[in-house]
Amino acid sequence: MKTFKTAEIIELPNSGGNHSSPFITENTEYVVAGTRFSVPPDYANGDVAINTYKENFKGHISFVKVGKEGEMDLAFQIVTPGVNFDLSHAGKGKSHGWFFFSCYNTEQANTLLEVNASQRDKDFIMAVNWKKAEEYIKAGKGKKQTVKYAHNKWNEKTHTATSVMKNEVLVLDAAALKDICYMIPCPKSPHGCDVDPSGEYIVGSGKLAALIPVFSFDKLMGAIKDKKFEGDYGGIPVVKYEAALHGEVQKPGLGPLHTEFDGKGNAYTTFFVSSEVVKWDIKSLKVLDRVPTYYSVGHLCIPGGDSKKPFGKYLIAYNKITKDRYLPTGPELAQSAQIFDISGDKMQLILDFPTIGEPHYAQAAPAELIRNNGQLKFYKIADNNHPFVAKGEKEAKVVRKGNRVDVYMTSIRSHFAPDNIEGIKVGDEVYFHVTNLEQDWDVPHGFAIKGADNGELLIMPGETTTLKWLPKKTGMYPMYCTDFCSALHQEMQGYVRVSPAGSNVPLTWSVGTNLPKATK
Amino acid sequence: MKKMQLSSLSKIALLITGLLFFGALFVPMWQIQLEAPQYPEGLTLRLHANKIGGDVEIINGLNHYIGMATLHTENFFEFTVLPYVFGAFALISIVLIWVAKRKAVLIFLITYAVFIVLAAVDFYRWNYEYGHNLDPNAAIRVPGMAYQPPLIGYKQLLNFGAYSIPDTGGWMMTAAGVLLFLVVLKEYKFNKNTES
Repeated sequence: MKTFKTAEIIELPNSGGNHSSPFITENTEYVVAGTRFSVPPDYANGDVAINTYKENFKGHISFVKVGKEGEMDLAFQIVTPGVNFDLSHAGKGKSHGWFFFSCYNTEQANTLLEVNASQRDKDFIMAVNWKKAEEYIKAGKGKKQTVKYAHNKWNEKTHTATSVMKNEVLVLDAAALKDICYMIPCPKSPHGCDVDPSGEYIVGSGKLAALIPVFSFDKLMGAIKDKKFEGDYGGIPVVKYEAALHGEVQKPGLGPLHTEFDGKGNAYTTFFVSSEVVKWDIKSLKVLDRVPTYYSVGHLCIPGGDSKKPFGKYLIAYNKITKDRYLPTGPELAQSAQIFDISGDKMQLILDFPTIGEPHYAQAAPAELIRNNGQLKFYKIADNNHPFVAKGEKEAKVVRKGNRVDVYMTSIRSHFAPDNIEGIKVGDEVYFHVTNLEQDWDVPHGFAIKGADNGELLIMPGETTTLKWLPKKTGMYPMYCTDFCSALHQEMQGYVRVSPAGSNVPLTWSVGTNLPKATK
Repeated sequence: MKKMQLSSLSKIALLITGLLFFGALFVPMWQIQLEAPQYPEGLTLRLHANKIGGDVEIINGLNHYIGMATLHTENFFEFTVLPYVFGAFALISIVLIWVAKRKAVLIFLITYAVFIVLAAVDFYRWNYEYGHNLDPNAAIRVPGMAYQPPLIGYKQLLNFGAYSIPDTGGWMMTAAGVLLFLVVLKEYKFNKNTES
């Protein structure tokens, strides 16, 4: 949160689409992910007939460990019967150590899911005892499976990324171990799976249901202890619905999707089909208030709303349908959202605003948490270890190695060095490594050159970024700064001369000295 | 003669004065604060006894637009000399405690006042030089405009408001001067039975 840059990307093996992610355990022990689509695992044969779903397709949920500085590591996965995983949330407080995933398509359909995955009256919320799973891993019960996945990390000192291919993952079999996963029946094709701030109540939102089931963690633990099961699903014990149920919110609305909390004992659920947000009391399951949204709200965000201590004053509803809310812009419309004040008994609409999206999860926090977080204003040029950095205009140069040309370029208000380059030839592979020499707040420079096949560069003060350019035609190519940096930003430009392949125009580069020949 | 000796109070004042001169070596003596709409965080040039500090790099980056020369510590001999001057003042203040003659303090006070005047003249001279000696090829040319910062006080320079005021060290030197003056006042005015 100092640079707001992508720092790390980890791929997940055995997965088809990452959903129910990223949700984290109470103290960021793990970030979890669930495969949205079950597929044959990477360590098995994927070349099978599609209608062998029931036999060959499996679900994998991933537990990614997070280090002190935020480094990620795929610690282990749990293999489950093939279903679709939708959302998840960690247990808190008393339910810390457990994780809850909503699953649908327990019918295990592989075609026309619209009909075939809506057959069963109840799908499941899968409760995962990850603390127990950790113990099994420590005891060596995890099976090493051969897979291939990438782990990429950004290095702030060299301003470049490294990519490492990993080739194995530890997998626990939920069906074989029998006490790390439990299925709780939940009507009907559940989507949201939300845990209240106390960690006791688990709210399942069935997209097609006309009620909201609220489960009790204490009752769930009791049911597991007393083995109140009704058979198993793919080897995983299924807890009896009533044994885990705290109660149902009756007739709240149509099509519940997500629930967040205000920390005062109230829950707020979005209803897609009836286009509203409904406020209800968790303990008494009574509906307290409802407000319309415009239109068909999907997600909602209360600052800290899914944490132990919500900040609770506001609620943002993110909608799926815009229609006539704002001025029309053709068939494609901006996304729509509304902000409500939820500090009183009744919810008050305070702002309706167009947004980008399609907006999904959002987290909000009081400004103080972000403002005083050691935000980086610029990169110190002395610490810049990019392999092609130029730490001053004296280090700017152009180097040719065969048909690869590396341009070590600098940028500072308001010129590039060099800004006149000749001797490039058609067929060259040119790399512009542009270093922004500024050491002040909010002075980025951009870089673009005619004929580039990719996006322009935006370089932060003290940073070096590279653009690959393949000149395909002879001619003159302007380059310029694409981010308004100074009063003379429009003058921050240069030219690159491209000669035919095999020409003997010498490679030259300069700034300020390439003046016209004096006339006789 | 006992009556021309300094009182204990004056000796303590001299000790404090010495410490103030010594301390002024380690903190900036003068500052020029620049305010502009696009710098909500402000920009400050800080003049130490031995160098130019503060946001001098950022300010130097802006100077070329108006054709003003950039500021570098090595271009000013004052920064090699001043630390010795302050050190000497500190030493003299301490030595005066032993010398303990009020005439010596008076001579020191006059010397110090002359130094202040010379410093002000020198500062004014440099401000004039840098503010008027502009590059004719500068990008921004406002006819008749000069960018001489004020000696002390406020002046608007294009989009920047400039405040030239003492910094910590400057206040310490001022306090030292006031203390010296008070010592002289006490020793001459309030000890009536004396000669010279």
